[in-house]
Amino acid sequence: MNELIRVVIYFVGIAAFLGLNLAYLGWVERKGAGHIQRRTGPKEVGPFGLLQPLADGLKLMSKQLVIPDSADKWLYMSAPVLAMVPAVLMFVAIPWGEEIVPREFNFGLLMIFAFASVAGLSVLMAGWGSGNKYSLIAGTRAVSQSVAYEIPMLITAITIVMITGSMDLNEIVRQQGDYFWKWNIFRFDKSILMPLSFLVFFICSMAETNRAPFDLGEAESELVAGYMTEYGGMGFGLFMMAEYANIVIGCSLTTILFLGGWQSPIGIFPGPHWFLLKMYFLIWCFVWIRWTYPRTTLWGLLNLSWKYLIPFSLVNLLVTALFIKVF
Amino acid sequence: MNPSLFSPEGLAGVIFLILIGVTLIGAVIATCTQRLIRSVVGLAICFLGVAGLYYFLNSPFVALMELLIYVGAVCVTIAFAIMLAEPDENKLLRKKPGMSGGLSLVCGGAIAYGLAYAGVNTTWVSAGAKVNDGSVKAIGVELLTTFSMVFELVSVVLLIAILGALVLARAGRN
Repeated sequence: MNELIRVVIYFVGIAAFLGLNLAYLGWVERKGAGHIQRRTGPKEVGPFGLLQPLADGLKLMSKQLVIPDSADKWLYMSAPVLAMVPAVLMFVAIPWGEEIVPREFNFGLLMIFAFASVAGLSVLMAGWGSGNKYSLIAGTRAVSQSVAYEIPMLITAITIVMITGSMDLNEIVRQQGDYFWKWNIFRFDKSILMPLSFLVFFICSMAETNRAPFDLGEAESELVAGYMTEYGGMGFGLFMMAEYANIVIGCSLTTILFLGGWQSPIGIFPGPHWFLLKMYFLIWCFVWIRWTYPRTTLWGLLNLSWKYLIPFSLVNLLVTALFIKVF
Repeated sequence: MNPSLFSPEGLAGVIFLILIGVTLIGAVIATCTQRLIRSVVGLAICFLGVAGLYYFLNSPFVALMELLIYVGAVCVTIAFAIMLAEPDENKLLRKKPGMSGGLSLVCGGAIAYGLAYAGVNTTWVSAGAKVNDGSVKAIGVELLTTFSMVFELVSVVLLIAILGALVLARAGRN
């Protein structure tokens, strides 16, 4: 019975955390964009525009669902669901604190990558199912991008697994110490390239979540809204929420693998508050980068991965193996 | 031996049947639909069911690999290839005339007979017993000792596939 109560509490907790974050990250993004572009951002609904996400949600939910004539109905309807479900499932493996883990799972890292790879299929289904040329182009673009960036991301994660000898996310956090120089990003005794592999992982997670400057899949200046062009109402809402959920997961994973998860940087009071602080800082960096840099071209994007990040991550793998073998 | 529906054994049986159902429905969609892209989605559903079966049989590593490789890589690659090669979405798959029906019946029957024969004549590990603890370490040790030959041969096949793809891509370029 205790187990059942635990499951229910985590279920409700994850749902509440997700709902709050997916709604208010949109607000954070619009406010951040506003201030970076010397505007104010949303300010009319509620104090500081804080009720804006609720108004947006009501608007999206009350809209009529229109299925275009040329669309493949089944693919069109199931694509947003398939985008959202794996994004939510991934939260099961995240260790928020030393004791706060929904599912202590010894393949946690692998599980997150497995579910993340399913998202590519939903983008393809949306792109094809909409029956629209812009959607189709965007679908192929987004998938060629996510395939390209999955490889360096996985190889960088493998170096971390080699260092820690575990795929259990909580164990990876536990092995990083209580002070910030014991975090994986600064563990020069394991590999001298650690800060660089942090950078590679961060860039890859930005590209995997289709964020600017890598948002070729929804480049609004050339492709209307990419694979989301034909979606209105909550179909569009689900895609947006899946994107924010993926951002939260990407930042959580970077925090866990490189920034010590729930460990404290100064040796006092380790706990979920440090985890959330680090994660939200990374999310803020995502917003910051998105509104600071212009979009790259498709060729620049693919070249960055295939010609620089993949060779570098392979070299990184070799160097890490060498360090583990020698020291 | 008739456990009630809400006992652990009964629920496990229901989950097992659901997973089998998902696998079969996916396979039927993959073979019977007229649009190529839908059969890829059917294939993905089938793989999801198979991954669930692996998880049910206490092999989470294989289940996650099934998701990562088959759903995340193979299905996406097939769908990608269809999009690049076949932009005409109204082109439906048609039945081939002649003896292809009989031929496919013979092939399918042979495969079904072979699988059934192997299934009946293998001495299976009983449900409770585990081969090893299913950890990454055990799998890694097995792959690099007992099954190292198979492992190397599979990687050679993959290498040849990559080289073949490169040759084909180069041949089209002037």
